[in-house]
Amino acid sequence: MTPGAVQSKKPVANARVRGVTGFIAFLAIWEILPDLGVLPARYFPPFHEVFEALARISQTQVFWHSVLYTTQAWFIGLALAFLAAALVGLILGSIPVLWRYTESTIEFLRPIPSVALIPLAVLMFGIDIRSALLLIVYAAFWQILIQILYGVKDVDPVALDTARVYGLTRWSRIRHVAWPTALPYAITGFRLGASVALVLAVTAELVIGNPGIGHQVALAQSAMALPEMYALVIVAGIMGVLVNVLARAIERRLLAWHPSVRSGK
Amino acid sequence: MYKFICKARTIFLLPIALFALWYFLSADSHNFFFPPLRKILGAFDQIWLTATGTVDIVASLERLAIGFGISLAFALGAGVLLGSSKVLRDYLEPVFEFFRAIPPTVMIPVLLVISGIGDASKIAVISFGCLWPMLLNTIEGVRAVDAVLKDTCDIYHIHGVSRLFVLTLPAASPQIITGMRTGLSIAIILMVISEMFASRNGIGFAIIQFQRTFSIPEMWSGILLLGLIGVLLSLVMRLIERYFLSWYEGLRARS
Repeated sequence: MTPGAVQSKKPVANARVRGVTGFIAFLAIWEILPDLGVLPARYFPPFHEVFEALARISQTQVFWHSVLYTTQAWFIGLALAFLAAALVGLILGSIPVLWRYTESTIEFLRPIPSVALIPLAVLMFGIDIRSALLLIVYAAFWQILIQILYGVKDVDPVALDTARVYGLTRWSRIRHVAWPTALPYAITGFRLGASVALVLAVTAELVIGNPGIGHQVALAQSAMALPEMYALVIVAGIMGVLVNVLARAIERRLLAWHPSVRSGK
Repeated sequence: MYKFICKARTIFLLPIALFALWYFLSADSHNFFFPPLRKILGAFDQIWLTATGTVDIVASLERLAIGFGISLAFALGAGVLLGSSKVLRDYLEPVFEFFRAIPPTVMIPVLLVISGIGDASKIAVISFGCLWPMLLNTIEGVRAVDAVLKDTCDIYHIHGVSRLFVLTLPAASPQIITGMRTGLSIAIILMVISEMFASRNGIGFAIIQFQRTFSIPEMWSGILLLGLIGVLLSLVMRLIERYFLSWYEGLRARS
């Protein structure tokens, strides 16, 4: 094991360097192409203009409020979806009869695109945060629920029987046997749900007009302020990356005991 | 036979009960936002099953199919290339990961500026959005092809195109299809949103028109239609999966 571990250090460092090089090359190409006339400069401002726009808008209060609004809708929506999915998942997963009768309904409701609910959300809540939450919760709920259901069904029957023999109550069986088994799945669901929730938060802002980054992008577009628009798209991308990084960090933290994480070290 | 009836009962009992509940509870509904299901179904009949309705549905599905198809072709091509070259992957993957992290709907205004209100911008939006999950999954699938199988192909001198169809694509197909499933659900979202944001036709456009004119049963019928399309496309996806991955299911069940 040890020689392999020593050897594997260098490729990792190499990969980092290449990754950064790739990124710099991408930005350089973006900078050059509009100047060379390969891409119409009218629609593709070179990178330095976008970067200046980013520096400019990051000094405004509107920008930070937008970031805050988007983050807030994302967080509340994700939390609600996770709680609801965990509750429903644990109940359905641990009572087989219920699961048998609800499976087809869940399979039917799950692929319904949550954006279909947009007109309803608009009429009922307007640009109130609740319209964004409706979309976010609907989209993230199914992602998380399915994972938790897989997880609860994955519980080792021997472990469950053992717990029963030792006289654990139904609640402690859920707490000490079902939950640890389902946790890795639940966290996968959380990770998937987290990025879906961000997509729907931004989408709601874009189409419905809830305040936030998505709304700012739409405003910049209708004002034809292209450097600002691209800058905001980059900000949305950075938020997406942060959401992924955060979800991964939570995963590593909560599943430090789990083989899949331990072996990765 | 008895078993079959039992199974049918477990599958259909709850959906039918819920639908019936909706139908009867909403029958005398005077709530403006929640009209009786009877009216919604009537509107469905009048709007979507007529010539103009079909035009909208076809316009939407056409853009969906073209956008998804372009992305799939590109994802397979670039995915095989990147999956087989570690160096290329090291250079490009961080950039791709960033693109994937951009919520795809914010690209709608961007592409609208670049290619106008017509079909092109919508197809571009759909392809851009569903590309990343398909591409990254293909890369991952190609990368993880079993080393023994690769060696076997080398020994038998299987190279080029035949290697692609004998080894690489089949071995990566479970990952590719996972990517396609994610890509498809993103594509549907983008199809609807791009039409809601700016369009002249399509299902999303029609639904937003109904909402703006407060034609509530018509709007609900559109929601129902989108749900139906989502469900049907996921069924198609499952058939594709069963066709291409029947060997894989068997393999997994035995191991």
